[in-house]
Amino acid sequence: MNDMTPVAKSSPKDWETDQEVRWCPGCGDYAILKAVQRTMPEIGATPENTVFVSGIGCSSRFPYYMETYGFHTIHGRAPAVATGVKLANPDLDVWIITGDGDALSIGGNHTMHLLRRNLDCQILLFNNEIYGLTKGQYSPTSRIGTRSPSTPFGSVDRPATPCAFALGSGARFVARGFDVNKNLPSVLKAAHAHKGAAFVEIFQNCIVYNADVFASFTEKANADHQLWLENGQPMLFAGGSKGIAMDIDRLTLKVVDVADGDWQGAGVIVHDVTNRAVAHMLVEMPFGAFPMALGVLYDDPRPTFEAAVMEQNAKASEGKVADLQALISRGQNWTVEAKE
Amino acid sequence: MASAAHKIDDQGNSSTANHPSEAVVVRFAGDSGDGMQLTGGQFTLSSALAGNDFATFPDFPAEIRAPQGTLFGVSAFQINFGSDEIDTAGDAPDVLVAMNPAALKTNVKDLKPGGLIIADSGEFSARNLGKAEYDANPLEDDSLAQWQVIHFNISQLTMDAVKPFGLGNKEALRCKNMWTLGLALWMFDRDRQPIIDWLNGKFAKNKVLADANIAALNAGHAYGETAEIGQPGSVPIPQRHISAADVAPGLYRTITGAEAVAYGLVAGCHLAGVKMFFGGYPITPASAILHYLSNLKHFGVTTFQAEDEIAAIASAIGASYAGQLGVTSSSGPGIALKGEAMGLAAMTELPLVIVNSQRGGPSTGLPTKTEQSDLYQAVYGRNGDTPMPVIAARSPADVFECAIEAVRIATQFMTPVILLTDGYIANAAEPWKVPDTGDFKPFPVSFLESVPEGGFKPYSRDDKLARPWVKPGTPGLLHRIGGIEKEVDTGHINYSPANHQAMTDIRKNKIDGIASYIPEQDVCIGEDHGTLAIVGWGSTFGPIHQAVRRARAKGHDVAHIHVRHIWPLPSNLGDLLKRYDRVLVPEMNTGQFKTVLRDQFLVDAKPLNKVSGQPFRIAEIEAAIEGELA
Ligand code: SF4
Repeated sequence: MNDMTPVAKSSPKDWETDQEVRWCPGCGDYAILKAVQRTMPEIGATPENTVFVSGIGCSSRFPYYMETYGFHTIHGRAPAVATGVKLANPDLDVWIITGDGDALSIGGNHTMHLLRRNLDCQILLFNNEIYGLTKGQYSPTSRIGTRSPSTPFGSVDRPATPCAFALGSGARFVARGFDVNKNLPSVLKAAHAHKGAAFVEIFQNCIVYNADVFASFTEKANADHQLWLENGQPMLFAGGSKGIAMDIDRLTLKVVDVADGDWQGAGVIVHDVTNRAVAHMLVEMPFGAFPMALGVLYDDPRPTFEAAVMEQNAKASEGKVADLQALISRGQNWTVEAKE
Repeated sequence: MASAAHKIDDQGNSSTANHPSEAVVVRFAGDSGDGMQLTGGQFTLSSALAGNDFATFPDFPAEIRAPQGTLFGVSAFQINFGSDEIDTAGDAPDVLVAMNPAALKTNVKDLKPGGLIIADSGEFSARNLGKAEYDANPLEDDSLAQWQVIHFNISQLTMDAVKPFGLGNKEALRCKNMWTLGLALWMFDRDRQPIIDWLNGKFAKNKVLADANIAALNAGHAYGETAEIGQPGSVPIPQRHISAADVAPGLYRTITGAEAVAYGLVAGCHLAGVKMFFGGYPITPASAILHYLSNLKHFGVTTFQAEDEIAAIASAIGASYAGQLGVTSSSGPGIALKGEAMGLAAMTELPLVIVNSQRGGPSTGLPTKTEQSDLYQAVYGRNGDTPMPVIAARSPADVFECAIEAVRIATQFMTPVILLTDGYIANAAEPWKVPDTGDFKPFPVSFLESVPEGGFKPYSRDDKLARPWVKPGTPGLLHRIGGIEKEVDTGHINYSPANHQAMTDIRKNKIDGIASYIPEQDVCIGEDHGTLAIVGWGSTFGPIHQAVRRARAKGHDVAHIHVRHIWPLPSNLGDLLKRYDRVLVPEMNTGQFKTVLRDQFLVDAKPLNKVSGQPFRIAEIEAAIEGELA
């Protein structure tokens, strides 16, 4: 993302296109679209400098609904296309929209390398734990036992954890949110503020093929299972009655009860977004025994890929003239003189 | 000259035809550690300075560090040089320099009957003979009787020559290739000074090594001289002078196909006025293009070594979308991986150049050998009706112009373009008359920067059916593109039957229409009608050209037609082919272009196929011509 001074603050409406939105009624994608459209004015984005790049899947229809530049590419390849866009014009503000199948199955390789290289962009992975567009097959994030047209007896392979994958790939920003949550714009804002590849996993309800798989923490009644992380704040949840502490003997996290707000006494950890080791633990916390870690889990920028490429290009060009004639003439050469 | 600096009259005679033409083919072969490529390269320079025309071909082992002395560790370099036009690296060598038994074994069968073998007997130990699977020393029995054999202990002679410099055994033996080069320079009456200058430059930081190598070079040269006088115990070595070829005056250089691709792309982008983005992934024999371009950042080139072939092309498409010219390059297996993305580029109508340095297939096939078997892949190899222009280069020097042409078509017609070369072109070197870049006509691209009259439609078209190129970042022209079928003009998603029919037709017509913007097909040698036309494409140009010249010299009614634009084909090609009684298509595949010609023009084109991983020999094509006309 870039520092851009908005001329006049836009409104979410300015970011809507004239295209009819074609997700199933009740799909979580609608809420995410609204959240993104609400975020754009907040971050001072300008439509012409914003590019949405997507792969294939329900989520990847997203660019058609954003009044910006957009490129709906092919399955799994959005990170690679986005890399070319950003290297060709680093001034563009690039958002990648992808899903669990797109980013972690067919495009897993590109996702890994984009994160490793640290291309400056936002990657929004809509995780619905299912292949929606192809009518409901299980995905690389589906839980063991998921029954689907391709796994009528239940899936047997272990799911990937997107945020763990991202950290393992070298991501310098990892966050989580969910479709209908009011905090989503602030998570997106933080992602945009991060200079470098910002990975955001968004739990998204596929009402048709995988309804309510995240209800155990997204439902209002289950809000106690959400751990909203904030830099510099103690890791408290369930209305402050519980917290996350370090189990020093086993070097793991543990859930502790907090009595009368005395979180220090209970040993609750203060969230430090630059602590990579703790970030690894947070993304791996098994849900059930632990709450779902949400918000900005990790944020520790380092130099971006496109900046390094531009710097090297500039350095390699220093003091050199782009003389085409000289270029093609040099090497093992000789002159044939005209005969009298 | 392969770079067409020679004038050829319409009888197919070179302007030097009244001189007795002379050409010699020499092959240097040794262990991959023996420095044969360097020897060959320097001998090539010496040939150029002597005014000969030439063509060269290196033959590397597929293994990076093959075990010493083994049959599969042999590295060879062949040069054909002469006083007349040279178009190929030559059929059978006249001279084979074999630095060890394995080099002799793997190469001797190619040598002309009566040809000369020069062997380093110092390397013909029982151990090395065993590694080369010889039961007996061929230098000592009569198994080489059909050739002339001269052997002496080059290893020992080199050691003796470099003794004063106090090198270790291993380092001293490394000078063997310069000793051999010295001998070769003597055999062909060449000046040693340029090589001495080169050695002084190469070893500028190590004077001892420079002097040792020069001493070896001089010793090899002196050996030829003294052996000639017939000192006791030495065999006379024949000496030959090949007079200078009659070539157009000007600045020349040697160029390989890989270099020419890189330079041609840079020149093309310069003429188009766009920056280049090159997305590549290492693959033999295409990697050299990535290497060359990586050193040309000051020409506005960004290179990106992607995580795989798909990312290489996808990033190039992203760059084209953002307003640079995306280029990607690979060989057959990598091109297969790029197929889906090529369709995306076609659907989104973005300019893109895809270079395929073809190698032997299928699958991993023969990575270091040449073939032309990706023609179907280039012309037809995508899902859906996805026509794409295809241009094929005929020689290392020709690639330069073909690459410019690829950039021109890509940017003028907003389409991906495939540029075909092959392993032979990529690695072979030939002399190239350096063109004056001012002679090339610029074809500047114009980005759409504001809303045109009547409103902005991303899929509106100009007279060439090209859609506008809009850079993201341009205010007022926001739009979305993608791989889903586009609506005519607006570019919105549209699945309707009539629209898909219309868009498929538009995409086809746009590519077909390119035929009006490319040169008409000409005849390289011979009349535009007659008994037999030999139709070629790509790197078969050299052997076909020479074979047709020879056949015509014998009075045969045969013409050579060389096709550069494989898709769309030149608009007059069908009519032209119909004016010959017979059409023969030599190809290094099982008949792919032949099939395209039959399909497009209903002509009775016949195949002449070779898929051995080796280029055609002139004699093979000559025999086929004789066969057709018998
Ligand atoms: S299939 Fe699922 S993810 Fe796709 S649009 Fe419908 S509800 Fe949304």
